[in-house]
Amino acid sequence: MTATRTAAKRKSDPAPQGDAALNLEMLRSMLLQRRFEERCAEAYALGKIGGFCHLYIGQEAVSTGTMSMLRPDDYVITTYRDHGPALARGMTPRSVMAELFGRQDGCSRGKGGSMHLFDANTNFLGGHGIVGGHVPLATGVGFAIKYRGGDQVMVCFMGESVVNTGAFHEALNMAGLWKLPCVFIIENNRYGMGTALERASAIHDIYERGAAYNMPRNQCDGQDVFAVRQAVGEAVERARKEQIPTLLEIRTYRFMGHSMSDAVSGTYRPKSELEEQMKRDPITLLRTHMQEAGQLTDEQLQKLDEELKAIVQDSWDFAEASPELPVEDFAEASPELPVEALYEDVYADTTT
Amino acid sequence: MPVITYRDALGAAIREEMQRDDRVFLMGEEVAVYQGAYKVSKGFLQEFGEMRVVDTPITELGFAGVGVGAAMVGLRPVIEFMTWNFALLALDQVVNAAAKMLYMSGGQYKIPIVFRGPNGAALQLSAQHSQAWESWLAHIPGLKVIAPGTPYDAKGLLKSAIRDDNPVCFLEGEMLYNTKGEVPDEEYLIPLGKADLKRQGEHCSIITHGKMVLVAMQAADQLAKEGINIDVVDLRTIRPMDVEAIGESVRKTNRAVVLEEGWEICGVGAQVVDYIQRDCFDYLDAPVIRVHQADTPMPYAKGLERAAKPDLPKAIAAVRKVMYLD
Ligand SMILES: Cc1ncc(C[n+]2csc(CCOP(=O)(O)OP(=O)(O)O)c2C)c(N)n1
Ligand SMILES: [Mg+2]
Repeated sequence: MTATRTAAKRKSDPAPQGDAALNLEMLRSMLLQRRFEERCAEAYALGKIGGFCHLYIGQEAVSTGTMSMLRPDDYVITTYRDHGPALARGMTPRSVMAELFGRQDGCSRGKGGSMHLFDANTNFLGGHGIVGGHVPLATGVGFAIKYRGGDQVMVCFMGESVVNTGAFHEALNMAGLWKLPCVFIIENNRYGMGTALERASAIHDIYERGAAYNMPRNQCDGQDVFAVRQAVGEAVERARKEQIPTLLEIRTYRFMGHSMSDAVSGTYRPKSELEEQMKRDPITLLRTHMQEAGQLTDEQLQKLDEELKAIVQDSWDFAEASPELPVEDFAEASPELPVEALYEDVYADTTT
Repeated sequence: MPVITYRDALGAAIREEMQRDDRVFLMGEEVAVYQGAYKVSKGFLQEFGEMRVVDTPITELGFAGVGVGAAMVGLRPVIEFMTWNFALLALDQVVNAAAKMLYMSGGQYKIPIVFRGPNGAALQLSAQHSQAWESWLAHIPGLKVIAPGTPYDAKGLLKSAIRDDNPVCFLEGEMLYNTKGEVPDEEYLIPLGKADLKRQGEHCSIITHGKMVLVAMQAADQLAKEGINIDVVDLRTIRPMDVEAIGESVRKTNRAVVLEEGWEICGVGAQVVDYIQRDCFDYLDAPVIRVHQADTPMPYAKGLERAAKPDLPKAIAAVRKVMYLD
């Protein structure tokens, strides 16, 4: 395994734990998400980011491992916990940070915010805010792929609470019934806000719900990026080649509170549990693996970290420089983004 | 000009658009093998095949969302609800997904989709199957809402709805499917957002839409015998509403009755009256009167149902009242 292997070749080989170049790419992706969101927390405290803001910290191996198995023309959709998946999919830190800051150059032009990142360039079909509501959309994209006779794959992320919604059942039933090229990925971080999975679902191995929809199903460790690649790789292959959907439960853990306005631990999970879980930080696991395999020196790591911090700082500076929406008085609206922006994109003014 | 049913006008509209554009497909319960719960899609499965005429399980929330997802990536779904009563289960997809996607994505993802099916009451179907939803839907920025009352309008508007790049809620009527009217063989489109003056008169305006257009026309016929001439404004599109057509009519007649199938509170008529008071305040010779369903769930018993529904006698009485004839 050498660094000269092409990305495409690597993608067909899900668990090449010895591939230094690939591992570095994944470390970079995961660390970018981490450094980016650490600054999000800071920006939130400063009031530069408002509203609901759900951090992905602790779950980065799921996004990075999954995206590393996809083609650029595949589709991705997820929930409001979307910063990590968006960056891992290749959206620019600048466009994401500018969106979080509510600026004109944000990926959704300041209309979506943290929960609604969209990017047509990377087929990132959005962060969605109604728990379960985006799962039928994923089935619809799978339907469209089949309708057109394409070989793309639709990947749909969701939290584990989604499995209790009606939308999940309706969507998975049709995907199984019609054999659509979808990979449904449950990011089981054990809690939906403050409700533990065991207090919400009648079964606890939730990937087994796939049985009801005649769907191949699997479970894997979401802190181990190689395990994610292995499981997602199989599911993507099955979707692409055989048009068979998969339900995948990836077990992970969120290191932060449910959103920026929630406590990190408290009535619903003890601090000791959190500390125990943080010993399996996905970034530390990959880094340690690489260091032990002689793929990463301390110096390289430090350089990478500095580079990523600079990229995040650049995204912050970019966001801050991007025109702001009018805040107080419409009459004094900034000339760059006049109040007409408010009414833009309510309707498309085209017909076909 | 050929005379065809409202049902066949709708079928022809969808068929022509499916022939014209292979991104258009029809999805819903019983649309394919059964040939349509109300037979709008008769012969479609045979003509277009099962990929484009898709029977779904009974899963309104699910298949509405499937339509939105397919529209996000370039298809142009026509989603049939067996009736709009059942679409309530799908409203999250209509409101939170379809209507907002373009806005939330900063203009990146348009949703060219039509949600269609019968709306409002038929006969003695009682509370859960007899509801008119247009005011709910028209409340939502991002949606367009259409309610045609004649076969001609049904065809021309549905074709435009399918070609529109926005989510359109298309409200038909079970009681309208068998009604007949002239529909030309040649292709035509009716622009969304344009009302139609169905009848001209100088004494009073009736502003209405959908199924109630027929009632308004009958009222106009009857009143004409007494020498009262009615301007019948058929809104056709509830959102965006043709405010100019309303104003033009009321400024001419100085009196208005607003007739709708649904309930009074926050109904479509409330919006129409608001436009009238804003644009025509100085032109009014009498307060505007609204005719609508009684403020109750729809009862089953024939007599009670009649009492609850807006109908011809109620429409005529309202006109007489705004004309100070009683
Ligand atoms: C239909 C609906 N109900 C409630 C909420 C409020 N809410 C937002 S996130 C959340 C918890 C979801 O947990 P999970 O699916 O496990 O995802 P996670 O936040 O853990 O990523 C709740 C209850 C919502 N957004 N939508
Ligand atoms: Mg969760």
